[in-house]
Amino acid sequence: MKVLYFAWLRERLNRASDEVSPPPEVVTLADLVTWLRAQDEILDHAMANPAIFKLSRDARIVPWDTPIDGAREIAILPPMTGG
Amino acid sequence: MIRVTEKPFDPGAELNAFQAAHTEAGAMVSFTGIVRSRPDDPISALILECYPELAENELAAIRDDAIARFSLLDAAIIHRHGRLVPGETIMMVLTLAPHRQAAFDGAQFLMDYLKTDAPFWKQEETAAGLRWVEARSEDDEARARWAR
Repeated sequence: MKVLYFAWLRERLNRASDEVSPPPEVVTLADLVTWLRAQDEILDHAMANPAIFKLSRDARIVPWDTPIDGAREIAILPPMTGG
Repeated sequence: MIRVTEKPFDPGAELNAFQAAHTEAGAMVSFTGIVRSRPDDPISALILECYPELAENELAAIRDDAIARFSLLDAAIIHRHGRLVPGETIMMVLTLAPHRQAAFDGAQFLMDYLKTDAPFWKQEETAAGLRWVEARSEDDEARARWAR
């Protein structure tokens, strides 16, 4: 599945996306974030305050406890500043 | 109508077209967001990053919610992304209702929600370089008052 990064998170990581294959114990989006952070020190630091981020699954914002099963595209969304 | 676009648009023309499509409405409210450059801290441009597919989905959901909550006759959101210079229109919200209160409330609700839930990120271009606009806690508080 694809993981997208936006705005300053994308800049900090120096990439807009990753193609990942999480292990079976990664069940929810929260698990996925934990798993991704464990593999990338920069992401881990950038998400030191995880509560500020929203997550989307297949282009809909969803709660962190949403299952990732069957998802095509996950995005990690820093606080939004539109309008 | 939901439109997420890089193209400039004419707020006056949008407003007139929206009004003309609904003869049963007694009230229309519009909000237009504009790129501003403060004299004491000038910017040369505002660059809006966007996740277009998510933006279209979330804006459509927010719009449907507003129509249901306030019994609006219609609502529309137009939001640009890309590089915009001071004075350019960033976005527009339009609501139509039989009476003014629902039209005002619907527009306020749409603005409060899209500030925190529409995937756009602003970056200011200044003489010193680019800087990300920080999210404001006031925006979260404004959104929270609509929770139910």
